[in-house]
Amino acid sequence: MNNQTPKIMPVMMLTPKPRPDDRFQLRPWHGLVLIVVCIAASIPAAFAATDPGRASIWDILVQWMPLLLKGFIFNIVISISAMALGTLAGAALGLGQISLNPVVRKLAWITTQFFRNAPWLVLLFFAMFLLPFELKIFGLTIPLPDWLKAMFGLALPVMANVSEIVRGAIVSLPSGQWEAAESLAFSRTQVLWRIILPQCVKRMLPPWMNLYSILTMATVLASIVGVSEVMTLTGQALAAEGGRSDLLIPFYSFVLFLFFVYCYPIARLTVRLEKKFAVKT
Amino acid sequence: MEAFYDWFRVLYETTGINLPFLYDSYDRDRMFFGFFMTIKLSLVCLFFSIIIGIIGAWLQNSPFKWTRRIMNGYIQLFRNTPPLVQLYFFYFAISSLLPTVSNGYGGQQPILGGFAWAAISLSFFAGAFNVEIFRSGIEAVPRSTIEAAEALGFSRLTIYTHITMPLAIRVALPALNNNLVNLVKTTTLAYAIAVPEMLYEANQIWSDNVNVTEMMFFLLLVYFGLVGVLVWGMNSWERKLKLPGFGA
Repeated sequence: MNNQTPKIMPVMMLTPKPRPDDRFQLRPWHGLVLIVVCIAASIPAAFAATDPGRASIWDILVQWMPLLLKGFIFNIVISISAMALGTLAGAALGLGQISLNPVVRKLAWITTQFFRNAPWLVLLFFAMFLLPFELKIFGLTIPLPDWLKAMFGLALPVMANVSEIVRGAIVSLPSGQWEAAESLAFSRTQVLWRIILPQCVKRMLPPWMNLYSILTMATVLASIVGVSEVMTLTGQALAAEGGRSDLLIPFYSFVLFLFFVYCYPIARLTVRLEKKFAVKT
Repeated sequence: MEAFYDWFRVLYETTGINLPFLYDSYDRDRMFFGFFMTIKLSLVCLFFSIIIGIIGAWLQNSPFKWTRRIMNGYIQLFRNTPPLVQLYFFYFAISSLLPTVSNGYGGQQPILGGFAWAAISLSFFAGAFNVEIFRSGIEAVPRSTIEAAEALGFSRLTIYTHITMPLAIRVALPALNNNLVNLVKTTTLAYAIAVPEMLYEANQIWSDNVNVTEMMFFLLLVYFGLVGVLVWGMNSWERKLKLPGFGA
């Protein structure tokens, strides 16, 4: 019997139909559709509640939009600065977690776990109430405004998460890298800076971006402690319009929309990078 | 017990470390109430978010194109917007559209209170993540296993509940664990709509006693403990479910 002939199956196997990879991908313009749908959905309620004398919802929203956008830019500023601060501190903490000194290792681990397992809002309160409103250093008075304190408060959980990302990336590298480098007589510092960390950056990037996206979404928490970012401004705008209940959905939809437009591209990019850097198996 | 409580009063008088929820019965009741409210909210949200995750992962894999699309739209929307804004959206905006009921004192009150809205919005938020987590678990189940089940004439639903899900759960557990920890921490957001959970009650106590520092550290420790219990429980569950030769 010739080995080349295909084996005849006793039953015909249905080849599974390839499912088209039509996983719904949201595009930026879908955001516009979403906001239109949200506003359209609120129109019946608007008609029920509005008498003809008052301005239309859309006009009111357009009128407040510049202020809300300014508030949103403030959110982004807080998120970027908290991310920068948290990444610096977190990288140091993460390196502390793999230190050869057991005391440093233990301390870094405890700090990481403590801030990682605490709710963000509690940490934010922590920073808001326990930091002084101004610092006096050698007679020099540095004021600490609310948003700066909020930034510190948000940087704390970021620090702990970055620390875990750094540690995870370093641990995930094959130990052969360490051994090979040691055999070439590199010192530990050299191994870390020249061989290990450059390889880690690639692995750390997707979770780091993920964390940034989470942090951006956490900046609204600052509204609870009274920083005038987009959520606070929305509340104030609504109050200024006299607490009309038909305005609630368009305004909050608009805030949701802003965050969605900012965070969704980051999320997509993260997924792309994750795929790109994935270990081929 | 009283002696134990009194010790904290003495501690306050001698060192100034004020922990009123230990020696003052009123504050103690408030703190316990907040603690149980947090646990209640966490449990309700844990339950519903997992249900949403399981059903969502099933719908996401459905043969109908639009079911899958709507599911993915839901996930992307809830993953990429802040949970606090979602909470406000539900509590202020959606709530204003719902009818009100009379509360027996001649007044009108919304059908759903703060607790219900917090539970709904946090469940949807965590549920969106759970869907993806369960999906990754389902994708990890070997295709041949499902084909074998199909060959034996199991229906789609039976395959899902009896074959895919039990295997997928094992793969998904570590990620699920992370998300549930996150959910417990996110319950503090209910503070914003005045659900009397732990942070809210602690805030009341520190407003009355001006002991922000002590309450803060106490809160952090309690959340640390809560998360610790959850992680311990999930890890032991993970160990118990472990199948030799399946999964990492």
